[in-house]
Amino acid sequence: MDTINDRLVIAGREFKSRLWVGTGKYKNFVETKKAIDASGADVVTVAVRRVNITDRSKENLLDYLDPKKYIILPNTAGCYTVEDAVRYARLARAAGVSDLVKLEVLGDEKTLFPDTAGLIEAAKILIKEGFIVLPYTNDDPIVARKLVDIGCPAVMPLAAPIGSGLGIRNPYNLKIIMETVKVPIIVDAGVGTASDAALAMEYGADAVLMNTAIAGAQDPLAMAEAMKYAVWAGRLAYKAGRIPRKLYATASSPIEGML
Amino acid sequence: MTIQVNGESRGVGDGQTVATLLHELDIRADRVAVELNLEILDRNDFETRGLREGDRVEILSFIGGGAE
Repeated sequence: MDTINDRLVIAGREFKSRLWVGTGKYKNFVETKKAIDASGADVVTVAVRRVNITDRSKENLLDYLDPKKYIILPNTAGCYTVEDAVRYARLARAAGVSDLVKLEVLGDEKTLFPDTAGLIEAAKILIKEGFIVLPYTNDDPIVARKLVDIGCPAVMPLAAPIGSGLGIRNPYNLKIIMETVKVPIIVDAGVGTASDAALAMEYGADAVLMNTAIAGAQDPLAMAEAMKYAVWAGRLAYKAGRIPRKLYATASSPIEGML
Repeated sequence: MTIQVNGESRGVGDGQTVATLLHELDIRADRVAVELNLEILDRNDFETRGLREGDRVEILSFIGGGAE
């Protein structure tokens, strides 16, 4: 695929890959790095947590993921309030090198669904402070529009609950979001296998972000590669334009020349 | 004097700065964010910010994470 001329651009930044991956749940950093390389992703999400000061033998993730080679996208995972999310976003900026943040304000521990009211409030604060806010949001077209209106350069609606592997629960809402907002849509969370990622791209998503579907697979490296091709295939099919669905057959071979 | 570092009490010598604390802990300053009494510090200020009795220091960095 001609990926060079089909680059994703968000807030003036160019992204090589339309598959973005998380870095959690791997056995170790070596597996993390191998899976990411197999996926071809150039955007990797990370969380911000306390450094282990009692056991300094613990290696640093960035020893394996060179920030010059990968775009490090810190998230505010685990934050249930506007205050916490804003605090973690600021800490991420202080620890890193860019203004990018994947903003999460979670509603409850059982569903990990976004608290969209809190999300909009936190996004407003951070955008005012110069952050490039990529919000993890529900598959709600109205919320997506509001996030764009306040200055988010992309929106990241979920396919299904984080880590659930259920695939796209509400394709029609996602399609409405894609039609109503004029910024890139990154389908985030809930993908279970390659066909889910391909479907998201066929619907017209600009990218897909996933973690558990790869890290939790029996063979994470093979699944990472599968996801790479799925996202490519879905993107190509979207651009190629699928045939309309019809109830009855249409022959592919001509009648003319038959005996 | 005693300060809190990532929730744990720690004795440190007088005249310590954030930079010397990080050095003592063998932590690379360019890989972390430091919060001193809830104020997030600019990395350029690590050398000059002295520590005082009772200070609460949080040192954070990036770890593996997708979402949760």
